[in-house]
Amino acid sequence: MPTNTIMHLKNVRKVFGGFTAVNGIDLEIEEGEFFTIVGPSGSGKSTTIRLLVGIDELTDGKIWLRDERIDQTPANLRPTCMVFQSLALFPHMSVGQNIEFSLKLRKMDPAKRKERAIELLDLLHLPASYYDTRVTECSGGERQRVALARALAFDPEIIFFDEPLSALDYRLRKSLEKELKDLHARTGKTFVYITHSLEEAMVMSDRIAIMKEGRFEQISTPDEIYSQPVSRFVAEFMGEVNLIDVSASKGRIDGEGLTTQKNDATKNMAERITAASGATLMIRPEYVQFLEQGVSADFTVEGKVHGIYALGSRIHYEIKTEGGQILTVEKLREDRYDGGEGDHVQLGWEAKNAHIIEGQSA
Amino acid sequence: MRRLDKKLGALSSIPMLTVLAVAFVAPLGLVALFSIMPEDVFSIFNMPNFAAYKTFATHGYYKSLLWTLFMAFLATTILLLICWPLAYGMAKVFKRFTLVITIAVVMSLFVSENIRLFGWVLTLMKGGLFEGYLRHWTGVGFESPLYDVSIIVFGIVYVYLPFMLFPLAQGISMVPEDARQAARDLGATHWQILTQIDLPLAAPGIMVGYLLTFVLAAGAMAEAKILGGRAVIVMADDIQTAFTYGQNWPLGSALSMVLILLIGTLAIFGIAKIDLDKIMGRN
Repeated sequence: MPTNTIMHLKNVRKVFGGFTAVNGIDLEIEEGEFFTIVGPSGSGKSTTIRLLVGIDELTDGKIWLRDERIDQTPANLRPTCMVFQSLALFPHMSVGQNIEFSLKLRKMDPAKRKERAIELLDLLHLPASYYDTRVTECSGGERQRVALARALAFDPEIIFFDEPLSALDYRLRKSLEKELKDLHARTGKTFVYITHSLEEAMVMSDRIAIMKEGRFEQISTPDEIYSQPVSRFVAEFMGEVNLIDVSASKGRIDGEGLTTQKNDATKNMAERITAASGATLMIRPEYVQFLEQGVSADFTVEGKVHGIYALGSRIHYEIKTEGGQILTVEKLREDRYDGGEGDHVQLGWEAKNAHIIEGQSA
Repeated sequence: MRRLDKKLGALSSIPMLTVLAVAFVAPLGLVALFSIMPEDVFSIFNMPNFAAYKTFATHGYYKSLLWTLFMAFLATTILLLICWPLAYGMAKVFKRFTLVITIAVVMSLFVSENIRLFGWVLTLMKGGLFEGYLRHWTGVGFESPLYDVSIIVFGIVYVYLPFMLFPLAQGISMVPEDARQAARDLGATHWQILTQIDLPLAAPGIMVGYLLTFVLAAGAMAEAKILGGRAVIVMADDIQTAFTYGQNWPLGSALSMVLILLIGTLAIFGIAKIDLDKIMGRN
């Protein structure tokens, strides 16, 4: 175990009745990192952090905070704190009383408490005059900040976030994402965040864990998860992707409608596909090129333009291959494809931009 | 449009206002008028005076009043304490079993209060269900707990339990579960969650339950008569006696007015003391 691991989970399980929500996960969270758990709803990510802060009791497994076992410690005695999806502000208290709640429980002197609350309001860009405002009078974004200030107040070791931005409108969410990342840098605290939004995870995280059916499918940096997913699930979850079932024999890669040039890069891939006896070839839409007549690439596919969708700065093209599969191509507006729907086109991409997901097929 | 809405609103309130005026305000006005009539008259067309109130002040009726208020206060407080855990369970823990409890409690209301109280008399009297069997089997009996102040309080607690239980359960169900969890997460003990989250957020339910039960208990007399055997006389009993046996309508009215004014003041004071909207997060 590296010395800077702040939280360590071993075989953590949670069963509700007959339903296994968290199915034996191992995890090491590094001190000071922004760690995000991403997964579809029902994947067990919410349950996981409720186990980590102690709101739910685990069925099985062990949790350490630094060198101390905490899985049997009740939530009120753990030096961790959570920002709820609903924020769970206390409606009968003012902003100041909400922020000071944990300090009052710890019998801090009232004057010092207030000083700390004002300091936190300032950290979160709220005017000190908000101290006496009722939380019910605050806007959505202000409530977010109050909830954060309340969580930071007693200086917890780790702060957990249960999709706190999911109820906000797009623009506010975007600005709060950046603010949260900034706050993480300024406080140096360990943040553990959960979300179902890939974008949110990519913007903020140092590391991302992809969760599926109570297990971690992959834990890695945002970049690696995006470019080298370990499964079709991860690939599809992390944005638009083209997946082609492939097989290989004698250094040749075969796939529906796929033409492969033989060179060192593709030969290497073919060997891996052969060893895995079947695989999926993954290529992100932004790496697929429309090939001019006579130009070649490591992989090529022919098809017809099926649909064109403008997404602001980018344009998506759906190409129906001869095998009937739909491939997506993404271009920036400035190097858009000039043809229209129904055109016969040739697509191509390089082996270095493609990725092999081994041992999986649809 | 807005003016039409206002007109329609005023119009549609007429039936209810009529019912209130005829069935509530008019009798109350009549009682108020009778209370300032000379004693032993049966008409409101007499020279008003305060003789009936003087009788109240000089003939020891304050004892009934104090007993009434004391027992109502004690019973209501006991009800609050014993209903809280049950109401908490109904609102947060029992889930579908809550319906069973609700039906069971409501069913007890199907039987008349007097009959249920006589049931207790048969159960608790000397030679009754408890003492009789115990003496039959062991040869040792015990004094009946009937005809005492504590059994009157027990009777009030027993009869008015639903009126505390349901508002309380409603109040507790308004406490958001995640606020309790957040308090726990921030370091609160179970006791601190109770005092700083549950009680303030359930305050509307507590207030409604407390006032409702207190008002009903202060007007109750069957418990004192049937279970208490008039060990103490309550105000409602005095009022009934004045109207019936005593044939002194002005005295009965004056006693009623005293009780109404006292309890009304307490109730208004209680409601004004807490701002329901504020507690519920509305402004």
